Amino acid sequence: MDFIVDGFFRALVLLIHGDPQTLSAVATTLKAASLSIGISLIMGVPAGFCLGYYEFRGKKTARIIVDTMLALPTVFIGLLVYAFLSNRGPLGGWGLLFTIPAISVGQTILALPVITALTASTLDSLDQDLRLTLISLGANKRQLFFTTLWEVRYGIVAAAMTAMGRVMTEVGISMMVGGNIKWHTRTITTAIALETGKGMFAEGIALGLVLLAIALVVNVSVSVFRR
Amino acid sequence: MIQKRFMVGILAVLVSVAVAGSVHAKALMMATTTSTDNTGLLDYLAPEFTKDTGIELKWTSVGTGKALKLGMNCDVDVLLVHAPPAEKRYIKDGYAESRREVMFNDFVIVGPAADPAGVQGLTVATALSVIRERGKVFVSRGDNSGTNKKERLLWKAAGGPAPEKEAWYVQTGQGMLSTLNITAERGGYTMTDRGTYIKYSHQHGGKPPLNVLVEGGVILKNQYSVLILNSTNCPAVQKDLAQAFSAWMAGDKAQGLIADFRLLGMALFTPNAQ
Repeated sequence: MDFIVDGFFRALVLLIHGDPQTLSAVATTLKAASLSIGISLIMGVPAGFCLGYYEFRGKKTARIIVDTMLALPTVFIGLLVYAFLSNRGPLGGWGLLFTIPAISVGQTILALPVITALTASTLDSLDQDLRLTLISLGANKRQLFFTTLWEVRYGIVAAAMTAMGRVMTEVGISMMVGGNIKWHTRTITTAIALETGKGMFAEGIALGLVLLAIALVVNVSVSVFRR
Repeated sequence: MIQKRFMVGILAVLVSVAVAGSVHAKALMMATTTSTDNTGLLDYLAPEFTKDTGIELKWTSVGTGKALKLGMNCDVDVLLVHAPPAEKRYIKDGYAESRREVMFNDFVIVGPAADPAGVQGLTVATALSVIRERGKVFVSRGDNSGTNKKERLLWKAAGGPAPEKEAWYVQTGQGMLSTLNITAERGGYTMTDRGTYIKYSHQHGGKPPLNVLVEGGVILKNQYSVLILNSTNCPAVQKDLAQAFSAWMAGDKAQGLIADFRLLGMALFTPNAQ
């Protein structure tokens, strides 16, 4: 039990002293996560919007597929991405394996369904009267589209935050395609796995608390941004 | 207006994150075992290697089985592993072109001080057959690592197949230090390399809950070697860097550094490059 208390104090020390290894893991985590969230937003928001806004054949099936993808295990994604990025794999020539972008590729696969599904369900739950009101006010198709997009902005932010949480806390992808390389691809979660594996439980707890602290900062800044 | 600012905000975030990952001019990528990393040996050697050669050493620490697989797929430039029979087969199969022995330590069987199976001082073969007979908990890495390969070999040498589903045989699928922790929690026995065991003792302030009960004999020698991958199989591999690493590891300086790497006054590895 002592290591929980130890871990708490170690976390404070790591943060206050700016331990270079911890800072490197924090930077790697943030780089990989923001890259993957960025790409997922570019792809996922339009996809989710189509899925929620328009009516088309096969919409239900598409929703089921996206919702199923929410359950993709991270180690499985890691293995798939490794198979593609390995020098023996079809994309081996890109030389991405064991780099931050490689982690981001995997994390994008993880985040994309989250953003797509949540964007779509935000549109679902949008007040149906909004559409009618807008049309009766004489809005054209374009205005209708942008107003709807504007109305769901907080839903998209919430989707991004949920995906961010999932991406920053995963360990399977980062370990498999990042390789947990010190100063390069060691994220906070792979560092926790490593320290735990070494029996350094207090260090592991400390790093876990550092990750929580980052999540807190991100959430506080988003709530400020919303106002 | 607000809409515009919102979109610009998103765009700014996306652009700022587009810059990620830097490429170092000369970096050697190595796959190695958990023991060389967990003991801190590589953290200790890597800066010296970079200072002497200007090459940055990056490594991913996995079991020897996975390290060999990464080499087979040409995902790394060099290997530092410890499973001589598998390594020799690997060279024969054309995945590596050379192997250089650089250091060794030995495997030991550790267990609780109470020694419920009564194996203290026995030979490895007898100790294992006694554990099997009495059905005392034995914790195995179960991950096809160098240590695991060796352990399975020893079970066979002790007569009979390596255990698999027996209730007393626990396969963790984790690294050596995790496995030692699990062994201590279960009050069982396990086989470990001495380097990792010394590191484990060190973490417990020199009073670990597991003691060395069986040791000694040529059969327990644990040889570490550097393998340079075959450039016919992997044309993209950075062979010159790998050769520089192999030569540096076998050189007087690195060999001296390895001999000086001690915890609790004990050497974790013994240099033995030819």
